[in-house]
Amino acid sequence: MSKRKAKYAHLPIGESITQVQSMLRERLCNQRLPDKPEGTEAQHKHLLELLRRTAIHGESNSVLIVGPRGAGKTMLLKCVLRDLLEDKEAQKSLLQVHLNGLLQTDDRIALKEITRQLHLENVVGDKVFGSFAENLAFLLEALKKGDRSSSRPVLFILDEFDLFAHHKNQTLLYNLLDVSQSAQAPIAVVGITCRLDVLELLEKRVKSRFSHRQIHLLSSLTFTQYLQRVQSQLSLPQDFPDVKFAQDWNDSIKTLCEDKSAEEALRRHFNSSKDFRSLHILLMLCLSRVTVAKPVIKPADLLEASRLCFVDAKANMLHGLSILELCLIIAMKHLNDVYEGEPFNLQMVHNEFKKFLQRKSNSMYNFEQPVIMKAFEHLQQLELIRPVDGSAAKTQKEYQLMRLMLDHSQIMEALQKYPLCPTDVKQWAMSAFG
Amino acid sequence: MTSVLQHPGYDEEKLRRVTEQTPCREAQTGLLLSLMGQPQQYSYPSIFVYGHRASGKSHVMQVLLKELELPHATISCVECVSNALLFEKMLLSLFGCEAASLLPRTPSLSDFVRVYRHQCVDSPATQTRYIVMEKAELLRDADVNLLPALLRLQELVDDNLTVILLSEITWDKFRPNTGCYEPLVLHFPDYSKGDLQQILSRDSHPSYSADFYSSYINILLGVFYSVCRDLRELHHLAALNFSKFCEPLAEGKVKESDTHKLWRNIEPHLKKAMQTVYLREVSSLQWEQMQQMEEKEAGALKGLSAHTHVELPYYSKFLLIAAYLASYNPARTDKRFFLKHHGKIKKTNFLKKNEKTSNHLLGPKPFPLDRLLAVFYSVVDSRVAPSASIFSQISSLVTLQLLTQVSHDDQLDAPKYKCAVSLDFISAISRTVNFDIVKYLYDFL
Repeated sequence: MSKRKAKYAHLPIGESITQVQSMLRERLCNQRLPDKPEGTEAQHKHLLELLRRTAIHGESNSVLIVGPRGAGKTMLLKCVLRDLLEDKEAQKSLLQVHLNGLLQTDDRIALKEITRQLHLENVVGDKVFGSFAENLAFLLEALKKGDRSSSRPVLFILDEFDLFAHHKNQTLLYNLLDVSQSAQAPIAVVGITCRLDVLELLEKRVKSRFSHRQIHLLSSLTFTQYLQRVQSQLSLPQDFPDVKFAQDWNDSIKTLCEDKSAEEALRRHFNSSKDFRSLHILLMLCLSRVTVAKPVIKPADLLEASRLCFVDAKANMLHGLSILELCLIIAMKHLNDVYEGEPFNLQMVHNEFKKFLQRKSNSMYNFEQPVIMKAFEHLQQLELIRPVDGSAAKTQKEYQLMRLMLDHSQIMEALQKYPLCPTDVKQWAMSAFG
Repeated sequence: MTSVLQHPGYDEEKLRRVTEQTPCREAQTGLLLSLMGQPQQYSYPSIFVYGHRASGKSHVMQVLLKELELPHATISCVECVSNALLFEKMLLSLFGCEAASLLPRTPSLSDFVRVYRHQCVDSPATQTRYIVMEKAELLRDADVNLLPALLRLQELVDDNLTVILLSEITWDKFRPNTGCYEPLVLHFPDYSKGDLQQILSRDSHPSYSADFYSSYINILLGVFYSVCRDLRELHHLAALNFSKFCEPLAEGKVKESDTHKLWRNIEPHLKKAMQTVYLREVSSLQWEQMQQMEEKEAGALKGLSAHTHVELPYYSKFLLIAAYLASYNPARTDKRFFLKHHGKIKKTNFLKKNEKTSNHLLGPKPFPLDRLLAVFYSVVDSRVAPSASIFSQISSLVTLQLLTQVSHDDQLDAPKYKCAVSLDFISAISRTVNFDIVKYLYDFL
């Protein structure tokens, strides 16, 4: 009886929306693991098999997971670990050490971190070791089980593997891979990196100890699979408390994916990048527009989110410039057209601007040189113009050569949207010769 | 006109206070609030907010975080130049001083993450924690691994944490070369003219009516809007010049509604402000003092640039004039200007083609000491012996930064110099010695 009641439980709409938000936010922002791997079944199986051999059979291995940013490498590894640890024997004996290239920038720091994660600080105490290899051997020796027959298997996970290759002599990599090749202790070294050419970074002696096993996550999605992924990312699972609400939600997501304008926006995203992360940003922007008053995601939300993602940042910044600064940019554009992209300085820009002012009858923009200098410096601070390298110290400010970092089309587009733009300025911009 | 901010999970009264304190920024506050979600929900690990200076980025963030009482750490990257300062400040704001003291002397990012994780075990996050980094463009110059690590800090420390970066520069210029965790990019648009009017009119003086103050702001914007849209600068200028604006009113010469007379009084004053206070040629204090004095006494306000007009000795002036001529005239034209009997000067085809750009646009060119002395002897009217005093005057001109030494310090026998003064400056100097410099300049032939 109570089971049936729970099945048809209705939560108030506010409560449901909160639940939806919590659940989906955890999925999109916190990278909550999916129940089964999406689109990476083969890689999942391969890696699981490999790690199982280390954890249960004591075989040493090394592997690299390679894929572009946001392809799902860390997610793959975490899923594999979760499945691996379901096995009781693996759970009992496997030890994990997680290192990250961004955090452990030095081999010394890395070694301290390894000691800490293996909980061997007390064992090491104040010992001083001659070399890295000795230290590592000592640590692995300390992990041997009571009967001294074999050591516990250790899994070393190296995130941002390419950054470890920049350490001095690549000591950490050399020693870890050395241990994985010799029969000292069963370890598995799993490297995660975004660089396809990571093997070029390794020294010869390190490369020869590596097993050259690579798992590639180069996504080969088609657009239909991409749409399916969108749907699965936004759908609510079966165990959602309010079943009817979940059903309505999933149906609305289905209609959303079938809508023409939404499909077009998604196709545009698909064409620019197929990875998980850019998709998550888009879906997060859509999700943030779900409220109690509007408890579904509509195509308009998707279009608005897509617009936010594709907006040109520099054009946005141009929108906020003062008229004087905008005139200076137009003068620079004319200089670029006439002198074919050669660098300019403030005097030249001022000269060009004065030529424009001479043609106009009123002297509304007849500012002094220092005021123009301040506007010029503001543009430099916004990095819309950049000094040409060298000769920064010895030249006066007015004569320092600069380059414009904007494109012709960006300037013209910004002019169209500029609020209250005087017509003569617009005409000057569009005229061919200064 | 202001729409009411609403969000489940946050108190309505608090949200109303947020709306009051962030005028003309309702859309952005709403967007940020919807992205933040309810306190216990996760938010996107990193958000990048860009927009012009004084467009309200820090202000809106601070108001939101303070009024809604969310756990946060606000860090200005200008202040925290080293990693130690940065990490200490973060731990202090989020966990208190005991946590900050756990950091070792020169903490690395690894130490910071370790201490943070340790603290999380004791006090797990019931609400999203926020770390706001202002002037984030300075992070690009810090350690290479700092920016990518901050962008994925939520993943590294395994906590409900969001890092918000505020900057003036667009995200394209931040991206490290091997990529990073892309943040959610948001834009804070600039204030429109109406918005600026609305915001500036909020600080009206109690003894004058609001309309009076808005008409003053209108006049101010009319003068300064085409040059500067920075809210902070305009606010400062408005505060400085208001007393001058009210002067005729206080003296009883005009009424509040005589906008034309008030405009005629204040407009030249604002134009003068643009050349001095706006450029920081005079300090705000000097400006205020000048306003107090009578107009006859005020006279010429001495700006910072005026202090560079030092009184030079006679020969130094001619040395400087000679240096200017040597910098801005091409060497082949010296014969024409300074010899009594110069022959015909033929222009080759190459010269004719490249004559368009005047030297005054390109900047001063370096010249050797011999050339300087040659021009000097032909320019100066009396006979001068090449004594050490002449040479020491050249060195003192270099110290005054009127000349720049271009050659390396090792080259003692043939040093090269460049003239670093403007045309106005040298014209003023040459007038004092009755020398017509324009006649000798190649660009003005």
